[in-house]
Amino acid sequence: MQRRDIIHIDESPIRFERLHRRLPKKLKRFLPSGGGIAHDHHGKAIFGFTVFLLSESIIFLSFIFTYVALRLTTKNWLPPGVSAPELSTFVVISTLVLLSSSFVIQPAENALNRRNLNKFRLLWLITICMGSYFVISQLIEWRNLKFGLTTGLVGSTFYVLTGFHGLHVFTGVILQIVMLMRSFIRGNYEDGHFGVSATTLFWHFVDVVWVFIFSLLYLWRP
Amino acid sequence: MTHNIENLSRSESEQWQYLRFSTDHKVIGVQYMLMTFFFFLVGGLLAMLIRAELITPASNLVDRPLYNSLFTMHGTIMIFLWIIPFNAGLANYLVPLMIGARDMAFPLLNAISFWMLPPAGLLLLSSFLLPNGPAKAGWWSYPPVSLQFPPGQFINGEFIWIISLLIIGISSIMGAVNFVTTIFWMRAPGMTFFRMPVFVWSALSAQLLQLVNLPALTGAFILLLFDLSFGTQFFKPLSEGDPIIYQHLFWFYSHPAVYIMALPAFGIFAEVLPAFARNPLFGYRSLAIASLGIAFVSIFVWAHHMFTSATPGWIRMTFMVTSMLVAVPTGVKTFGWVATIWKGKLHLETPMLFAMGGAAMFIFGGVTGVMLATVPFDIHVNNTYFIVGHFHYIVFNTITMAIFAAIYFWFPKITGRMYAEGWGKLHFWLTFIGANLTFFPMHPLGLQGMLRRVSSYSPEYQGWNIIASLGAFLLGVSTLPFIANIVGSWLYGIKAANNPWHASGLEWTTSSPPPRDNFEEIPIVNRPPYDYGNPRYSVIEPDDK
Repeated sequence: MQRRDIIHIDESPIRFERLHRRLPKKLKRFLPSGGGIAHDHHGKAIFGFTVFLLSESIIFLSFIFTYVALRLTTKNWLPPGVSAPELSTFVVISTLVLLSSSFVIQPAENALNRRNLNKFRLLWLITICMGSYFVISQLIEWRNLKFGLTTGLVGSTFYVLTGFHGLHVFTGVILQIVMLMRSFIRGNYEDGHFGVSATTLFWHFVDVVWVFIFSLLYLWRP
Repeated sequence: MTHNIENLSRSESEQWQYLRFSTDHKVIGVQYMLMTFFFFLVGGLLAMLIRAELITPASNLVDRPLYNSLFTMHGTIMIFLWIIPFNAGLANYLVPLMIGARDMAFPLLNAISFWMLPPAGLLLLSSFLLPNGPAKAGWWSYPPVSLQFPPGQFINGEFIWIISLLIIGISSIMGAVNFVTTIFWMRAPGMTFFRMPVFVWSALSAQLLQLVNLPALTGAFILLLFDLSFGTQFFKPLSEGDPIIYQHLFWFYSHPAVYIMALPAFGIFAEVLPAFARNPLFGYRSLAIASLGIAFVSIFVWAHHMFTSATPGWIRMTFMVTSMLVAVPTGVKTFGWVATIWKGKLHLETPMLFAMGGAAMFIFGGVTGVMLATVPFDIHVNNTYFIVGHFHYIVFNTITMAIFAAIYFWFPKITGRMYAEGWGKLHFWLTFIGANLTFFPMHPLGLQGMLRRVSSYSPEYQGWNIIASLGAFLLGVSTLPFIANIVGSWLYGIKAANNPWHASGLEWTTSSPPPRDNFEEIPIVNRPPYDYGNPRYSVIEPDDK
């Protein structure tokens, strides 16, 4: 009988709601409190997609961990007669194109938020071109390299890291093309454009990952 | 009551819905459970073959390569196609009901993540048909052993093993995204975090672990696949690669995987024990936070699987300490269960028997776990049957017992019918006795030095081995009354009330089985989750006769 007092544990001062009220407005929209079922389908889907991207980044982290660990412990990183990937202007330009495309895709999404469909299409198309340029220049870079996938650890790590990232860029471009085609369906983006927002997020993610991979592969000289 | 009968007749005409594509979280949940039970039977059959081989010291029942395949496939199937997806299925069924939602956050994604599993599982089983048989490198698939398939065959057992586990992994990640979003976004009005049942807390913790740790395994498998099939050298020691990196990545997922499997079981205990002890759950808030605590600490313990992998001293010491830290939140859990039962009015129906049996066995498995976390002891019993005994006390005696408790506990809710109590008790006693007969002898065997994963052993170990094998066959027999009970009761059982156990929790406020949209109207939650015996919140059920 004396146990009944523990039932009122719910009335403790650390209520999620109270913490929640103090959150910044943007975060509050992202993390709804237990106040009611979220009718904000866009926010819910973006939350899910962000969680997915965070999870996806762990795959890249596991590859990066493998690369760094192998590199730190291997005595002869470069097999005889093989040189490390060169930091050529070609690579620098394609990197700059990919990174600056983030600053094109975000205005595109903002334009769609303001219902400016034509501006969205134009900026979106520019992003597609920039992404495609990166993928193609990556393929050319692969052709020009002196080592292959099986040329020691340097080849294994280089091709798997750039390849896995390149696959993501390619997926991003495909997604962008789909979203562009959808914009020509009349009224398609009038009640929400989760796909466009998710693609934008995905594109930023791919860019940030490239910063790390680029630094590790090209700036860390043997 | 009329509503209830209507509902039942509707569900009877739709028995076949479980074989069709559906986005209803309840249908998907049951589909998960039925599919994983099939794989449980397959994995159990493999286990009985292993035990049959081990009755005699000589290797005389199956040839040695096939024996390697048997334990590899047994472990893989039981972990990736029984416990983890069963827990996903149970959480699929229960989480939306428990938080007062109409469905999961992304119903279509939910269906897709389920339907990836049966093809992946069948693909894995199909590797038995390959000329060189299935994977043989153990469920952890360490290189370089896993890379030693005869060259010249692109499609080999190891290749199939990696591909099917990659598919299962993607399915799990998508499921985890869905669960986390559901729990954060779909709660009914008034369902604050600290009003969620502990089952939801533990499902949330387990799914967060999936999100953080599973991708590391996916990454490791991708690299292993490249090594196996495309000639790279990440993990090949002969070409400057490093197999230890694979071990790090593998255990970074696979130790937390134990908690991904165990946390839902802890959640099941926290639901079943209060309902049958007629007591509020002791220390609700501590138990809820302990779920997250276990999840958090378990991220930093993986290297205790690698004490004999030439790890430096400081890694050994650090991971010994962190591994022992896990005992703190799990101790909180155990204390909470015991205090819930303490001075309660116990009703010993089948779910309660399974829950109490499982919780007691968990204490045993937990104690041997702390023993194994200490470096000197671990090095002594490394790779012996002591390890096998320890983790079977967790995965079978604790988690599978909890799963059976959950099946019996929510069977009336899922099917709208009661199971047969006598058959359930028979199933419990056969399982409980069989499990202890099987897995207890492994501890003395391991201490005496019997190695795992070898099909022959020296004759002085035979006594304990015969007991373990007989226990394993008893476990095989124990599934028969279970299957008979479930099939018979599902078809011909007496109709269940909405809340046959007089349990608290939102899932019991709706009809049995619940309607398509779960609730006629979304409930408004104004009370804590476990309020047994409190007159302010007593469970009133107008429908109950």
